[in-house]
Amino acid sequence: MTARVRTMSLDQQITSEPALARLVAEAEIGAAPPDDDVPLYAPRRKIYPQSVRGTFRNVKWAVLVVTLAIYYLLPFVRWDRGPNAPSQAVLIDFPNRRFYFFSIEIWPQEVYYLTGLLILAAIVLFLMNAVAGRVWCGYLCPQTVWTDLFFAIERLVEGDRREHMQRDSRNWTVETYVRKGIKHSLWLFVAWWTGGAWVLYFADAPTLVKELATGTAPFIAYAWIGILTVTTYFLAGHMREQVCLYMCPWPRIQAALTDEFALNVTYRYDRGEPRCSAKKAEQLRAHGQPAGDCVDCLQCVHVCPTGVDIRGGANLGCIQCGLCIDACDAIMNKLGRATGLIAYDTDLNIKERLEDKQPFYKPVRLRTVLYAAIIAVVGGVMLYTLATRDSEGMSVIHDRNPMYVRLSDGSLRNGYTIRIVNKQLKYRDFIIRVDGLPSTLIDFVGLPPRADGRQLVTVGPDQTKEVRLVVTDYSTTPPAASTSILFKLIDIDSGQTAEVRDHFFGPGQ
Amino acid sequence: MAEEHKEIDPITGTPTTGHEWDGLRELNTPLPRWWLWLFYITIIWSVGYWIVYPAWPLLTNSTQGVLGYHTRSAVAEDLDGLKQQRGPMVEKLATASLASIVVDPQLLEFARAQGRVAFADNCAPCHGAGGGGAKGYPNLNDDDWLWGGKLADIEQTIRYGARAGDDKGRSGLMPAFGRDNILKPNEISAVADYTRSLSGLPTEPGIDLGLGKKLFADNCAVCHGPDGKGNRETGAPDLTDKIWLYGADKQIIVQGIQNGRGSVMPAWGGRLSESTIKALTVYVHTFGGGEK
Repeated sequence: MTARVRTMSLDQQITSEPALARLVAEAEIGAAPPDDDVPLYAPRRKIYPQSVRGTFRNVKWAVLVVTLAIYYLLPFVRWDRGPNAPSQAVLIDFPNRRFYFFSIEIWPQEVYYLTGLLILAAIVLFLMNAVAGRVWCGYLCPQTVWTDLFFAIERLVEGDRREHMQRDSRNWTVETYVRKGIKHSLWLFVAWWTGGAWVLYFADAPTLVKELATGTAPFIAYAWIGILTVTTYFLAGHMREQVCLYMCPWPRIQAALTDEFALNVTYRYDRGEPRCSAKKAEQLRAHGQPAGDCVDCLQCVHVCPTGVDIRGGANLGCIQCGLCIDACDAIMNKLGRATGLIAYDTDLNIKERLEDKQPFYKPVRLRTVLYAAIIAVVGGVMLYTLATRDSEGMSVIHDRNPMYVRLSDGSLRNGYTIRIVNKQLKYRDFIIRVDGLPSTLIDFVGLPPRADGRQLVTVGPDQTKEVRLVVTDYSTTPPAASTSILFKLIDIDSGQTAEVRDHFFGPGQ
Repeated sequence: MAEEHKEIDPITGTPTTGHEWDGLRELNTPLPRWWLWLFYITIIWSVGYWIVYPAWPLLTNSTQGVLGYHTRSAVAEDLDGLKQQRGPMVEKLATASLASIVVDPQLLEFARAQGRVAFADNCAPCHGAGGGGAKGYPNLNDDDWLWGGKLADIEQTIRYGARAGDDKGRSGLMPAFGRDNILKPNEISAVADYTRSLSGLPTEPGIDLGLGKKLFADNCAVCHGPDGKGNRETGAPDLTDKIWLYGADKQIIVQGIQNGRGSVMPAWGGRLSESTIKALTVYVHTFGGGEK
């Protein structure tokens, strides 16, 4: 029982009698006991989507085949990088802290490329939404693709909508159990394969397949296969549209992002209403009375994978997969009416047509131009940084204790720990120069000089190397408390350089 | 359970338990069912826990559990695993000669890593975290060594210490010239001034350096050398360079001559393992001041 209490500030005076009466009335209405019978959650209706043929169904099949083929087969694609690197085209190598994508190799400190990729993904999603609504949800989202695959398996084993519903509504027979058993086995098989493909991205695929088959793979591989099997089986087989309706944040964001010009799967009620049976519509038309094209056959509802009636207008549950368009077009063809009663359109155009104006499409708008511009800029920056990515680098850490050392002849020395990065897949020799002090001597501790007196630091392929470097200032005039100096790393073969600024400390004046 | 007491409290609308004390009725607000079941499951789980792990205290011991798990043995196992993992490298470090360690990049890296930890644990309290030293404790980064800066010298100093009572250790004391009445106060002052002049430091104006020079030759040169360059056999510092273990002020030098000097470094031979001593030697040598 809740009581809504109306508080009033003291300075707010009630001047007239009717106002007081109104407040009392409101307070009483507010205090009425709430209706406790309304359930907090809507019960789930089981959805039996009917099979359908048509343009959008074909597009969805094509997307399904292509995306799943990429997912399942990509780990087996080979890419020759030479003897010092793995030969898998796409590999997330956690033990060695590397990510390989064809000719690109990313180190952990370059994870900003991933940030750029995520920005690109988000803006591409926004652009798709601004042009043609929930293209991602309807065709590309993994939840949609796998659910579609699981629906196909279900129809294959348990029959199409009508057969499946009839069998479910009757008492279960042995055949029902057998069919359901086969369906769940197939689902589990697909789910298991999905998990199996997942782990292949994290290790050499052919080797891991062999290890998995012989039971010698690491425990973590089996664990991940198990996790992915369970999630795929439940998300695609059992939760289905519930994921889109309750778990996914994108429908909410999409609704806030969209505008009136974005194409959506739309029921053209200007054409469809008033709906009536085909026979009655003919009679009405014969008498010159208005009759809509919608014959209320409910095919659009029956094929919908989320159980939405598109004729109710734009809907959070509608993933805009276009299957209702295919279903409706098939009926319209049979009735000899024009197709496109349900089509990619806007509410704005329906209103235009109702007012006998020309419908219009406006794909080029401020937001689409802006999205495209952001994509171009972010993509361009990423391409540029990838193309000009340094294959060598250096970090310099000054000794913390002691900050400087005085030598017996009075000169000063500073110690540094230097880490040299070699991102090329071969051994490289580097020298280091220090600029900014009048007369310096640098010495790599523990590194014997070569015949020419130079100290070369050799760094292995795709590796880093830490060396200790001491810099001694022999100038007669003592340097300031802190002098800015420049470390220059030079590859002696290619001449490629990397520069880092640091400081040379002294006691000061 | 709830079926027995259908009485509803009129104010809150909650069923009561049927209990009544002086007109007060107890409301029945049971725990959520899911919570209760989780609670029951944890109770069942705990029974399994008693069987598998050490659980119940007994008079002198406790139940051991069928897994035979024990936190102490788990730590011991981890330590053993670590020893096994490092074993070959530690072995190599213990048997390799110092000269061969510094030219083997892999061994050098391992030695420096071991040395860094051992230095922080054992040496840093006196010599500073980076070996920077302090008054009376030598800076290990510079090129001025009291007892020698070659690998073998450093190893000997670490192993046997300085003035720590070990026969093989570094020994040699600066006598207390003033306290033992060898030099008079004015003579000490003259020697102190002469000592400062050796490294080009200003002396007190109008002083006769001749007296100091003569006293130095008579008393100090035996250890510090006729020209004050020091002697590593006795640990007598070079007085001509820019590095001062205790300080270059005249007052500090006078103190040293008056009372003598003789700070102690412990002998680490019996306390640290062979590989640790070698690692420390290499680590100190690679601060930057090590001699070839």
